[in-house]
Amino acid sequence: MTKVGIVAYGITPFTREDQKIEAVLLKSTKTLFENNPKINRNTIDAVLVSTNNNSKYLSPILSEMAGIQPKIAHSIESLCNSGTNSIVSAYSYIVSGLADMVLISGAERYDSPGQILEWDNSRGEFKHPIFWASIFTKSYKREYSISDEQLALVSVKNHKQAKENPNALSNKTFTIHDVMNSKKITDDLRLLDCSRPCTGSASILLASEEIAKKTTDNPVWITGIGQKTTSASFTKNISFSTMESTKSSAHAALKMAKHNTKNIDVAEVHDAFSVCEPMALESLGFSDLGNGTSMIKELYETNNFKINPRGGLIGSGHPLGATGIAQTIEITQQLQSNAGKRQVDNAKVGLVHNISAAATSSTVLVLEK
Amino acid sequence: MSFESELAQGSFYIPECNICKKIVWPPAEFCNRCFGRVLLKKECFEGKIIEFSRQNEEYFCLVEFNNTIRVMAKISKIPQIGQIVKISKCGISNGDYFFYVS
Repeated sequence: MTKVGIVAYGITPFTREDQKIEAVLLKSTKTLFENNPKINRNTIDAVLVSTNNNSKYLSPILSEMAGIQPKIAHSIESLCNSGTNSIVSAYSYIVSGLADMVLISGAERYDSPGQILEWDNSRGEFKHPIFWASIFTKSYKREYSISDEQLALVSVKNHKQAKENPNALSNKTFTIHDVMNSKKITDDLRLLDCSRPCTGSASILLASEEIAKKTTDNPVWITGIGQKTTSASFTKNISFSTMESTKSSAHAALKMAKHNTKNIDVAEVHDAFSVCEPMALESLGFSDLGNGTSMIKELYETNNFKINPRGGLIGSGHPLGATGIAQTIEITQQLQSNAGKRQVDNAKVGLVHNISAAATSSTVLVLEK
Repeated sequence: MSFESELAQGSFYIPECNICKKIVWPPAEFCNRCFGRVLLKKECFEGKIIEFSRQNEEYFCLVEFNNTIRVMAKISKIPQIGQIVKISKCGISNGDYFFYVS
């Protein structure tokens, strides 16, 4: 099977600005081509747009605006893990031989319709993500005797790390006291426990091994992919204190890459809410069940950026369609030793974890130098 | 007679496959196991509170009925895990289902 490499990327700052989706998409695409001037746009076989925006025909629109006439052009929507779903689709096009080079561009506006899954009537009138997050948080705290303060450290750590990310929505640091005293959303969730929807875009270019080696001196290879969707309804989750779809997708991705979690040097995990980070760490195998917050505490106290170096979703913001791509760009930069003050020493193997709709769907990618 | 038309009138029916008898939830026209037609069954049933939280002064809870149907519902009194409840009020408001349990 041909290898697939990441050969270029571009990203915009994540903001609360009111911009047209087409304009946001083009900005990160333009940055991508500026970052790697070797790329001949005539050699791009497919353009995939990752977004939950209601605008139509965005891939052909982006292609026209970027001067590309691809064979394949379409959008991909899968709520919060649209970005990594798009990367998996691009990978598949390349491995199948239908394409040698694929541009993936993800973007979202702060008012994205993808924040609410209207179909899920089992949630009753509680369709906003804060409600499933509250149930997850209560369940996790109950199951493992975890305190609100222990969970608040996730937000403290990720805001601190986001301060080193010039594209992050947040550039402030907070204490546990600040998180605990931020606006109470529910009994189990405070404002600073939540990632915020925002406007932003991220683009990445994948290529077959032969093309990748001609296009860049330091490609990063996608060596493992795992995906699992257990349901669409939040209420169908088997557990509300673990991520079952993540367990399955992590197992598949690590098996494909011939690695285990101990080999992972740096990871981006989907911290849509504070509780998601320890749940993800446990379901990915970084820590035992119920011990995720201990790992987070140790990382924070030792200033170790191994988990969510760019500040995660909580620190960076969460423009849904761009998030999975932004996570992948971060791990790419880490493996290329190009992450500035966020750099994790000697990172050789990285992992991306991206979920949708209360972890009813998960994607895990393994990346290597 | 559809699940939603009945729910809009304040009646909760159990959507059940008329071939394999599987309860299909969330309600759909066809069974997700055998694609049989889903019919509605009226019965008095009890549920169990699995988890809960509170927003402002209102408690909301995750309730499981018949080991299959789970809904997010409002409850007026302080809930307890494992508490047995019944749907006391339901309907559709602004396109969203709503449920009260007690």
